[in-house]
Amino acid sequence: MHQAALLGAQIQDAHHYGWEVTHPVQHDWKKMAEAVQNYIKSLNWGHRVQLQDRKVKYLNIKASFVNEHTVCGVTKADKKTLLSADHIVIATGGRPKYPMHVEGALEYGITSDDIFWMKESPGKTLVVGGSYVALECAGFLSGVGLDTTVMLRSIPLRGFDQQMSSLVTEHMASHGIQFLRGCTPSRVRRLPDGRLQVTWEDRASGNEDSGTFDTVLWAIGRVPETRSLNLEKAGVIISPDSQKILVDAWEATSVPHIYAIGDVAEGRPELTPTAIMAGKLLAQRLFGGSSALMEYDNVPTTVFTPLEYGCVGLSEEEAVARHGQECVEVYHAYYKPLEFTVAERDASQCYIKVVCLREPPQLLLGLHFLGPSAGEVTQGFALGIKCGASYKQLMRTVGIHPTCAEEVAKLHISKRSGLDPTVTGC
Amino acid sequence: MSSPPGRRARLSAPGTNTSSVEAREELRRRLQGLIEGNRVMIFSKSYCPHSTRVKELFSSLGVEYNILELDKIDDGAAVQEVLSEITNQRTVPNIFVNKVHMGGCDRTLQAHQSGLLQKVLQEDSHEPSYDYDLIVIGGGSGGLSCAKEAAILGKKVMVLDFVIPSPHGTTWGLGGTCVNVGCIPKKLMHQAALLGQALHDSRKFGWEYNQQVKHNWETMIEAIQNYIGSLNWGYRVSMRENAVAYINSYGEFVEHHKVKATNRKGQATYYTAAKFVIATGERPRYLGIQGDKEYCITSDDLFSLPYCPGKTLVVGASYVALECAGFLAGIGLDVSVMVRSILLRGFDQEMAEKVGSYMEEHGVKFLRKFVPVMIQQLESGSPGKLKVVAKSTDGPETIEGIYNTVLLAIGRDSCTRKIGLEKISVKINEKNGKIPVNDVEQTNVPYVYAIGDILEGKPELTPVAIQAGKLLARRLFGGRIEKCDYINVPTTIFTPLEYGCCGLSEEKAIDVYGKENLEVYHTLFWPLEWTVAERDNNTCYAKIICNRPDNDRVVGFHILGPNAGEVTQGFAAAMKCGLTKQLLDDTIGIHPTCGEIFTSLEITKSSGLAITQKGC
Repeated sequence: MHQAALLGAQIQDAHHYGWEVTHPVQHDWKKMAEAVQNYIKSLNWGHRVQLQDRKVKYLNIKASFVNEHTVCGVTKADKKTLLSADHIVIATGGRPKYPMHVEGALEYGITSDDIFWMKESPGKTLVVGGSYVALECAGFLSGVGLDTTVMLRSIPLRGFDQQMSSLVTEHMASHGIQFLRGCTPSRVRRLPDGRLQVTWEDRASGNEDSGTFDTVLWAIGRVPETRSLNLEKAGVIISPDSQKILVDAWEATSVPHIYAIGDVAEGRPELTPTAIMAGKLLAQRLFGGSSALMEYDNVPTTVFTPLEYGCVGLSEEEAVARHGQECVEVYHAYYKPLEFTVAERDASQCYIKVVCLREPPQLLLGLHFLGPSAGEVTQGFALGIKCGASYKQLMRTVGIHPTCAEEVAKLHISKRSGLDPTVTGC
Repeated sequence: MSSPPGRRARLSAPGTNTSSVEAREELRRRLQGLIEGNRVMIFSKSYCPHSTRVKELFSSLGVEYNILELDKIDDGAAVQEVLSEITNQRTVPNIFVNKVHMGGCDRTLQAHQSGLLQKVLQEDSHEPSYDYDLIVIGGGSGGLSCAKEAAILGKKVMVLDFVIPSPHGTTWGLGGTCVNVGCIPKKLMHQAALLGQALHDSRKFGWEYNQQVKHNWETMIEAIQNYIGSLNWGYRVSMRENAVAYINSYGEFVEHHKVKATNRKGQATYYTAAKFVIATGERPRYLGIQGDKEYCITSDDLFSLPYCPGKTLVVGASYVALECAGFLAGIGLDVSVMVRSILLRGFDQEMAEKVGSYMEEHGVKFLRKFVPVMIQQLESGSPGKLKVVAKSTDGPETIEGIYNTVLLAIGRDSCTRKIGLEKISVKINEKNGKIPVNDVEQTNVPYVYAIGDILEGKPELTPVAIQAGKLLARRLFGGRIEKCDYINVPTTIFTPLEYGCCGLSEEKAIDVYGKENLEVYHTLFWPLEWTVAERDNNTCYAKIICNRPDNDRVVGFHILGPNAGEVTQGFAAAMKCGLTKQLLDDTIGIHPTCGEIFTSLEITKSSGLAITQKGC
C-alpha cells in the first residue's frame, strides 16, 4: 500500500519528466486492496505448500498448554486434540491493542489487522498512535488521497532516533497529514449518518475537542498473544509488565524445553527477519548440532513512511548515553535526491547521519537515512557495521553516482563543527 | 653495538617489512616536497604553545607559512619520526625557511632576534616564480574537485575549461561530462523512463486516469537542461567563492610550466604554474565511415536534442549505448541496438546478457554481429531520415535500415593528443591516448599530474575522479599521504533493469583466483513491488563470488534489479571492510526490500540447483 502511495507521487512527478497525464487522477481502493489481498493469499498458499513439501504437519487449531509437554488444540468446530512433544516453540506473535478505557473503541475502531483487508475505502481516517505502524498507515492512506489525521499522546517513533523521528513527522505534516499532538481520545460515537465522532482531550490545556471521521484506526501498540496459552500450566514465566515470555540467549523460556521466538519473546525487536533467523538458528541448535546464537545487536530496519527512514545501530541519544557526549561524533548532511530536482519536490527532510566514536578510526555506532529507497540503502551499510566499519573506511568507499546512497559515503560535516550540513553541487 | 640512526640502519635491519620501508620512503619524499615547496614550512601540533608562538611570529612578520599539524593527521607519529631522521630534532615545532632547517621555537626566535631569520627569508631560491601554484586543465568532476581543494589549502589555482563543439554543434557549460552530457542527464532520462513504467504499474495499484498517456520530449529536455544550467552556475559560484581563477579557454602546453589559453574568439593568453593537473577527460568516438560525423549524433548531443529523436538506432554495446537505448525505449520510442560483438565489455558477462535480454523482452531490438558501413541522409529535418547500411562481422551479409536518428556509442577517446603534451614530453599510450601515471597520479614529468577518465587502467567514473582530485591536492599542498584507492570501486548501470556491481566479474575472479577456489552464490528474486504490478518473475538476479581459501571473502557483488545503485553502495562499504559470506549470513535483512536477498543466499552455482522462484 506504501507502494501504491509512492506511485501516486510518481504520477504527480511524471509531468515534469514529459509525461502528459490527463487529470483527474483518482484512486480506487477496492482495486488496490483486491490486488494486495490476492498476492497475500498466494503467499498463504505458498507457506502451506512449503510445510507440506517439508512434511511439517500443519493444524489450523488454537493451542493452549495442558502441561509442560502437552498442548491441547481446539478447532473452529470446537473439536479438541491433545498433542505432545519433546520441544515446544511458542511463536504466537502479537495483536494490536485497543484502548479499552475509551468508550466505543472496540465497537467502532479498527486496527492494522483490519485495514489491509478492507473492501471499501476507509475514507477520512483518524490514526491514533505514534508507533511506526501508525505513521506508516497514515502515510499510505494520505498517499492514496484520503484525508488523514494522526493523534499522538507524546512522541512519535519511541525508541528510534528522535531527530530522525521528528523529520519523519515534519515531512508528513508538510504533505497534508494533520497532527494532533499531546492529545488522547476519550470517546468514539457513531453519528446518525454512520460517520464516527471522536472526542479527545488536549493534555496540556485540558480542553476537549472533537472531530468527525469515517474510520478510526488504533495503532497504539501491540499485545503479545500469551493470555490464552495457559502458560502457567507449563510453568512458563512471562513479564508481568509486557506480558511477553521471558527468554534466555538460547531462546529458552523458564522451562528448558519450551522456547519462544519472535514478537512474543521479551526484549526482542518486533521484526520479521529477526524472527525468521531466530527460528532457523533455534532449529539448527536443537537438531543440527549447531551452537550459533542469534545476535540481536545492530539489527537494521526501515520505516516505510512517505519519506522512508532506514536505520541500523544506535540512535544518537543512545550513543551519547552509552559513550558520553564527548566521545561521540555525528556526521550529517541534508541532501537532495537527483530525481527530486526536475520533479520540483521538496527535499527539506532528506537527511543522513552517522553516529561514531570520536576517537580514530571512529568506529561506526549507528547509521540513519531519511529518503527514497531507504531500506535498499540501509541494508548494505548494515553489513558494514557488522564488519566493524569505521568512519575512515566509510570515507574510503567510492560513491555510486548519482544515487542517494553515495551521500552516506560523502558525509564530512560533523555536528560539533556547527557548519552548514547542506550538500551543494555534485 | 647499536645501529647508527638513519636510513641505512633501517634498510639493513633484519626482518624489516619491505612495504613499510617503502611507505617510509614515500613519507620522506612527501615531507621533502613540503619543505621544498613552501617558503616557510612549520611542522607543529595544534595544542602546542611553542608552535603557537612561532606561528604568531611569522604572522607578525607578514610572512605566509604552511603548517602541518601532526596531531590532526593519522600518521602524525610516523611524520615525527621521519622528521627526526631528517633533522635530528624530535620535537615540534620543527621549522624550515627556504629549505633551511631553522630548528624549534627557541632557535627560531633567536634567529629572529639576531637577524638571521630575515636573511634566510630573503634568500629566495633561484627557482622561477610562476603565475599560479597549480593550473588544472579541464573543468570536469576531477579537475574541479582538485582545484577547489588546492584553493582551500591556500594555493593560487587556475582552471582552464573549454568545450569544443561536437560535430553536431552541441556545447555546454562548466562541470564536464558527468554534469552536462553524462551521469546527471542520463539518470534523469532513466527516471523519466522509470516513471513511464510507474504509470503503467499504478493502474494495478488502483490509480485511474485517462488511458492516453503521451510523452513530450521537449518538456523533459527543458526541465533537465534547466537543472543542468543551475549546476553549471553552482560550479562557477563555487570556483569564485574559493578564489579559483576559472577561464573558459582551451589550454595547451607550449613549453615547460607554461600553457597557452585560447578563448572562443581565438585570443591567446599565456599562464605559468609550478604544478599542472591534466583532467581533460574523453569525448565520444566516431566510426570513421561515410556520413557518420555529418548525420549521426552521440551522447554529447542527445541530452540537449531540441526535438524527439524518433526511431533510433544506437550503435555500440557500451553502458552508454545500453542506457541510452533503454530510456529512449522507455519513453516510447522504437529503438534498435547494433552490437559488433559482446555487451558491456569488461563487466560480468552473465549479468551483461541478462541486462540485454531484459531490454529485448521490453521492446528493444538487438542487431548482433553487425557494424555500420555507411550512413546516408534520405531526408533532412528534426529529426530527418537516415539510411544505415551495415555489414555482418561473420560473413558477407549486409542489411539496411531506415531511422530518424543514429546515436553512436562505440567508445570514447581521451582528449590528450591536442594539448601540447609532446612539447613538455609527457608520455601517453600512443594506442589509446591514455596517460600512464604512478600510484600518486604523477606522469613521467614530475610536476605534471593526471586524473579522471584519461588515466590508463583506472575506472572511468565521476566519484573516482572527484576522490582522486581531492586526495591529489591534499598530497601536493596539504602534507597528506593518502592515495586514491582504485580497488573495489562500485558502479551501477542505469539500464531499464539496473545493474549494480562491486569487485570482480565472475570471469575476472576465475582468472585471479582459479575456478576451484571460488564459490558463487546466486538467486533470482521477485521484488515485492513487482508482484502486484504483475511484472516479470524470475528476472531480477543476485550473485556473489566468494574466495573460499580466504574465509569465503566476497570478491564480487552483482545485482540486477530496481534501485541497484542504492542497494550496491552499502555493500561496497562492507566490502571495504572485508565482507565474508558468513557475515552476510549473520546479517539480518530489512524486510521487505531487494537488498535483503543477499542475507539469505543459499544456492551455489556449482550445485546446479534451480534458482527460479515459484509463482502463485
